[in-house]
Amino acid sequence: MNRISLTMLVVLLITAITAAAPGSGTIEGKVTYTGTPAKPKVIDMSKEPSCAKMHSTPATTANAVTGPGNSLEYVVVYISAGATGETTAPASAVTFDQKGCEYLPHVVALQVGQELKITNSDQTSHNVHAIAKANREWNKSQTPGAAPITEKFDKEEFIPVKCNVHPWMHGYFAVLSTSHFVVTGSDGGYKLPNLPPGKYTVSAWQESYGTQTQEITIAAGETKTVNFVFQAKPY
Amino acid sequence: MGKIFAVVVVAIAIATAYFIVGHVYWMPEDISVHGHVIDEQIIETTAGAGILFLLGQFVLAAFVFLYGDSKGKRKLKAWPGGAKPLIWAAVVLIGIEILTLSFIGSKAWGAVYFSPVDPSALPIDVQAEQFAFYFRYPGPDGRFGGTHPELIDEGSQNYFGLDPANDVAARDDIVVASLTIPVNKPVLLTLHSKDVGHSFYVRELRIQQDFVPGIMIPIHFTATKTGKYEIVCTQLCGLGHYNMKAYLNVVSQDEFDQWLKGQSSGQ
Repeated sequence: MNRISLTMLVVLLITAITAAAPGSGTIEGKVTYTGTPAKPKVIDMSKEPSCAKMHSTPATTANAVTGPGNSLEYVVVYISAGATGETTAPASAVTFDQKGCEYLPHVVALQVGQELKITNSDQTSHNVHAIAKANREWNKSQTPGAAPITEKFDKEEFIPVKCNVHPWMHGYFAVLSTSHFVVTGSDGGYKLPNLPPGKYTVSAWQESYGTQTQEITIAAGETKTVNFVFQAKPY
Repeated sequence: MGKIFAVVVVAIAIATAYFIVGHVYWMPEDISVHGHVIDEQIIETTAGAGILFLLGQFVLAAFVFLYGDSKGKRKLKAWPGGAKPLIWAAVVLIGIEILTLSFIGSKAWGAVYFSPVDPSALPIDVQAEQFAFYFRYPGPDGRFGGTHPELIDEGSQNYFGLDPANDVAARDDIVVASLTIPVNKPVLLTLHSKDVGHSFYVRELRIQQDFVPGIMIPIHFTATKTGKYEIVCTQLCGLGHYNMKAYLNVVSQDEFDQWLKGQSSGQ
């Protein structure tokens, strides 16, 4: 094979790969609530002074984090059915830190088979207890300054994670089989790009309010809005 | 050689006694109404055991000093009647000691456990779990909500499994991770465990009580001095046992009322 034909092959390949992008659609929207959500509770960290002093204003519970315009944070939005053009788990790890005796982020989403890297930035020991049912349940200790814990999950599952030494520490590992997922930020907004044209089921999961699904069909290059509204509970 | 050994035995015995009699490592100040009974009991027991210990060591040293160097010429004469009476004497002696201590000790035990609870005592629900303590106050309505283990959820800080959606009494219950109590006021704790055996130990209160899974254990006391004290678990309960602790804040009645008010609005 001479140099010219090799160059042509490369050019063809690049064209083929980039050609998919203009034809793909996007689903975006906002997650909000109606009703009265539970008031965030102040967390009493007096047991662990090294963590308590890291919070100038006391930390609060994160099981329903709301923002302006009734937005909901930490909602996992993902394609639960109809997805094509799935990619395998990226090689890059998702990070999950323990800082000030809190989980950062409160909800971490990752793909089946993707690496989860857990670090401890605190001056105290933590134990990370992944209360998995579909996956293998595990519970690991991590002393201050210890090497990161790395884990992978085989099956799709929303796994509660807790620290037994600091029972207020509570979060979730959202393990998804799709490569199209996102966790809402403080504005409740989300965006799922790079979706080939087709019919999709979009799901939104909130730890206290459950899961909602909506069906949507998108054409090539189209951007459609799918909003989710959860019924908030005061207790 | 024997004489040196005898001197060392005496020196060790006296040094040991010095640490106790001289209060080198002594108990922290007692901050409870009932604590002096426990302290007196500890002192009585320590004094009794200490005197016997010293006597034993001195007799041992005396025998070693007098006979330790003799070169096998002296023959030990058998105790009249053989070893049997000696063993019996030891059994009776130790038995009497145990019975006497139990008898004297029951006085202290009774003073703490069988004294009636003051009807005005402040009720607080205490839950131990791997690896923390949680305390629940009944709130302004003075009533505790029911507990439902299946509703326990750390994510919403529902450590006791309360059902505020359906149970009005549970709505104002105050759940905190440290124990705050007013000084000079009787307090009634109800101890229960979520999982395994734990214990509630506050040195200054002279209280050490186990949590037994499945049993509600009442314990009452009155603290007499304000301050911050440590509550620790003294029953090995798992890997995080070393870090199972909470703090006891003894405050004035005014401070307590304010604290309670602040907690009520924060829940």
